[in-house]
Amino acid sequence: MKFRFTDEQRMLQEGAERFLSEHSPIEVARQAAMLPGGVDLALWARITEELGWQAIPVAESHGGLGLGLVELVVLLEATGACLSPTPFYATALSALALGTVSESDGQQHLLKSIAEGTIVAFAHTAAQPEWGPSGVAVSAMPSGDRWCLNGSARFVMCGAVAEYLLVAALFEDQKIMLFSVPSTHDGLSVSHRIALDQTRSMADLYLQDVVVDGAALLAVDWAEALANVLDIARIMVAAEQVGCAQRALDMTVDYVAERVQFGRTIASFQAVKHKAADMMLKVESARSLLYYAACTADSWMRGTERRGVLREAAAMVASSAGDTAFFVAGTGIQLHGGVGITEEYDIQLYFKRARALEAYLGRPDESREVIAAALLDTSEAGIHAA
Amino acid sequence: MLLEFSQEDERFRDEVATWLTEHLIGQFADIRGRGGPGDEHHFVRERKAWERCLAEGGWTCLGWPEQWGGRSATIEQQVIFNEEYARAGGPGRLGHIGETLTGPTLLAFGSDDQKRRFLPGIRSGQAFWCQGYSEPSAGSDLSNIKTRAVWDAETALWRFYGQKVWTSLAHASDFIFVLARTDPKEKGHRGLSFFLLPLAQEGIDIRPIKQLTGTAEFNEVFFDGAACGADDMVGAPGDGWRVAMGLLDFERGVSTLGQQMLFQVELDEIICIARANGTARQPAVRQRIAEAHIGLRTLRYNSLRMLSGGEDGSLSREAVIYKLAWSNWHRNLGKLAMDVLGPDAELVEAGPYELNRLQSLFLFTRADTIYGGTNQIQRNLIAERALGMPREPRGDAAKE
Repeated sequence: MKFRFTDEQRMLQEGAERFLSEHSPIEVARQAAMLPGGVDLALWARITEELGWQAIPVAESHGGLGLGLVELVVLLEATGACLSPTPFYATALSALALGTVSESDGQQHLLKSIAEGTIVAFAHTAAQPEWGPSGVAVSAMPSGDRWCLNGSARFVMCGAVAEYLLVAALFEDQKIMLFSVPSTHDGLSVSHRIALDQTRSMADLYLQDVVVDGAALLAVDWAEALANVLDIARIMVAAEQVGCAQRALDMTVDYVAERVQFGRTIASFQAVKHKAADMMLKVESARSLLYYAACTADSWMRGTERRGVLREAAAMVASSAGDTAFFVAGTGIQLHGGVGITEEYDIQLYFKRARALEAYLGRPDESREVIAAALLDTSEAGIHAA
Repeated sequence: MLLEFSQEDERFRDEVATWLTEHLIGQFADIRGRGGPGDEHHFVRERKAWERCLAEGGWTCLGWPEQWGGRSATIEQQVIFNEEYARAGGPGRLGHIGETLTGPTLLAFGSDDQKRRFLPGIRSGQAFWCQGYSEPSAGSDLSNIKTRAVWDAETALWRFYGQKVWTSLAHASDFIFVLARTDPKEKGHRGLSFFLLPLAQEGIDIRPIKQLTGTAEFNEVFFDGAACGADDMVGAPGDGWRVAMGLLDFERGVSTLGQQMLFQVELDEIICIARANGTARQPAVRQRIAEAHIGLRTLRYNSLRMLSGGEDGSLSREAVIYKLAWSNWHRNLGKLAMDVLGPDAELVEAGPYELNRLQSLFLFTRADTIYGGTNQIQRNLIAERALGMPREPRGDAAKE
């Protein structure tokens, strides 16, 4: 039992932090927000060419590095901390989704492309009534040996800059299927959305009689796999939340150390220190759960952990990291005082990101309900302490 | 990053579990789950017998070096022992202070003579210790110690005058370690020394403090001429603060996982009640139960992270959050218990004031956020030590 990073993971973390502090300062996120797709493609090109992060979740047999969630979490904490405007999360999620489908030429081609730096976005839901399989709002109709797709998906991360989209669709109102569609396909329109969190790239997807051939169908009966992929996604989002919260804490501690009132830096007042202490307590606690959840996801992907345990881990960390990032960024604004609500100071960007991530894939209270149901509604306790 | 215990460790777990199952029977069956915070005053005689039984089985002082009767157990093994101990319903450890505070302090700072005189008694479950730190005017400001130790040249003994307070289990202990002022000209953390004293002697008066639970596990300890020898001082005169602070570091460690097992038992009981009485269908209660579950799991991974901190077993920077985290969690659990119990929580089973376990939990957890460093002090420590924020200036009266 060594619940800490290996030397390799530590090196990955240090390398990422070094690279991002040089190439992805907060100004980069602010500037990318003005670009048409909301993504800094030059930065992404550098990452894919120099660092190869995109290959991490792709199996070695498909030209990737075949590393796990712990490594992804290391990197997502770092990118979350600088609101880095790249499609790293989006492509990693697509790679993991592709990892759940059986081997096919289409799947191999996409994985190989991701490993080489192609942007593939994941379009699974209209988020109504919820983010899971029941939110799928694209229908698939057979048309000879081809398929015809109609409907929409929303909250497609980095959708506007993707070359391919992985689209979840409903067949005969019950089976969930997974298709790959090139972004330039006839009948497909992708529209970039300006978000409340301006630094986050999101798109809506509309499909009107999008006719794809049989090879585009990657998976049938994909509902359970989709639920699993979303649980993994929640853990990845939690990593961004922890990174976001940590940076919001750091910038707040720096600010209160500079700000002088009553002849003292306000960092010396207990009213300020105690808030900062609460922020750190929450950040470290969420981080502990995050690393547990990442280890659990890796065990689950290796086939040595049950699905219920993955689900529990994802719900726990989504609840904890979601609340944490929102609390820390909100308290960060409070401790900044008046400048905290200005456009100029960065803490507001972290507040918006914290809110956006908290709402994405299910609110913290919804995650807690997942836990409550397992603890309280099953005939036998569905959740056991590890 | 590796969360699983090794096969060798799992074998050790089986060994611990088997031994405990085979020995927590007969006279010891009645004390399963008894003792511990809020229940410390119960079954003292039986629990001391149990300590001796544990010692004979070789289960005390696992982390101590073999030279002193320990097993040089790894962090993992100590964690496993504590988990299995709690899982088996092992009674609150009366030997805890000796094993985890006095012992490590002597191993780090004590003389060979002190180790020879005091360690075997702790290891064998014969000698029980309590901690003489807090005083009426030295609570959060621990260095404001007024208890004096005066060198009596005639008898060649240190003599003690003053008062300690909040001394857990003093009434059930044989020895006390005392932080006392040996240099009256010094203030604050200078001029303090660290002593080892037997309690059964003239000049010591132990008075229990009755708590809001109606029970008494804390005490006041008055010193009026009580004595110890020159060789009962740990470290040199004036070293007391350094020794005491070293000791506080030993306090946060491997026992946290065992503590969490006890918390799990409490949470399970609350869940059981909620399912039975229908509160489990109330959305707000569901949220709080889920939060409690998540919080307890968080404590576990906080612990595992801090215990994995360094090869040498030293604690990581994040260890400083642990007290604040568990005490708040536990206090909230007490309130949750009351709300889940509903109106029945307001009624006491029997006179004069026999509380059930959850009522006692509710009331006693108000102490959790106070003893061992209040939440306010914990937040200062986090802000100052981990976040590097400046200290609050001291008041004039405390200026040195």
